[in-house]
Amino acid sequence: MQTLARQTPELETSPHLDKRNKLVIVCSKGSLDMAYPPLMLATTGAAMGMEVHLYFTFWGINMLRKKTVESLKISPVGNPAMPMPNILGMIPGMTRLATRMMRKSMDKMKMPTIQEMIKTAHDSGVHFHACSPSMQMMNLTKDDLIPEVDDIIGATTYLDLASEDAITLFI
Amino acid sequence: MQVPVAKPTTVVDSRGTMCPGPITDLFRAFRNSSIGDVIELWATDPAAKPDVQTWAKRSGNEVLAIIDENGYTKIQVRIVKKGTAR
Repeated sequence: MQTLARQTPELETSPHLDKRNKLVIVCSKGSLDMAYPPLMLATTGAAMGMEVHLYFTFWGINMLRKKTVESLKISPVGNPAMPMPNILGMIPGMTRLATRMMRKSMDKMKMPTIQEMIKTAHDSGVHFHACSPSMQMMNLTKDDLIPEVDDIIGATTYLDLASEDAITLFI
Repeated sequence: MQVPVAKPTTVVDSRGTMCPGPITDLFRAFRNSSIGDVIELWATDPAAKPDVQTWAKRSGNEVLAIIDENGYTKIQVRIVKKGTAR
């Protein structure tokens, strides 16, 4: 696979440290709160000289869709950590409210937007892979995805990436 | 706390950003740096101190000084190792 050769050229791996130097994350969620952790880890991993792969599957694909990447939302429903009784989350408009609150607090923390984080990650050499069956399920082609996406792969390629000496996470 | 030991080649002001902001900013400066450069990172994120030290250890670079200022920290990193394009 051609894209596998791309890695931040300025940083050599540090074999003397005898630590794993590859990070493979499955991104399975399409909500705003769950979009941040993989991108934060990926960007940091790339800065540490790791080879980083993000594999987007199921609703995680929404992080790569031109149509949805700017409008990821956080829902209070089924999220007991939100500062409101769960039942109120059912009221129309609550998702919009929670999303606006989260965007505001992220902005206050000077946290980049998801699009900005994707761009930074890509510039740092992070690989973006879209899951093929998820694409079909959502009736999408590569043209529907943002240009940072390297390729569309299946479970075999993902497992091959993950079966090398890598840190693997499922988010 | 240490005293500054080198005149920085580049000052990177990451004050106000949270993880991974300081490391991302440091990395950006690192990519534009040359061997021997001293990058001075300014950060308010309390994670910057341990994270920059870990980054330096991992990437083979050297933390020269960690200076606590009023409300923020200056961390000086000397670039001693840069990989070559593969």
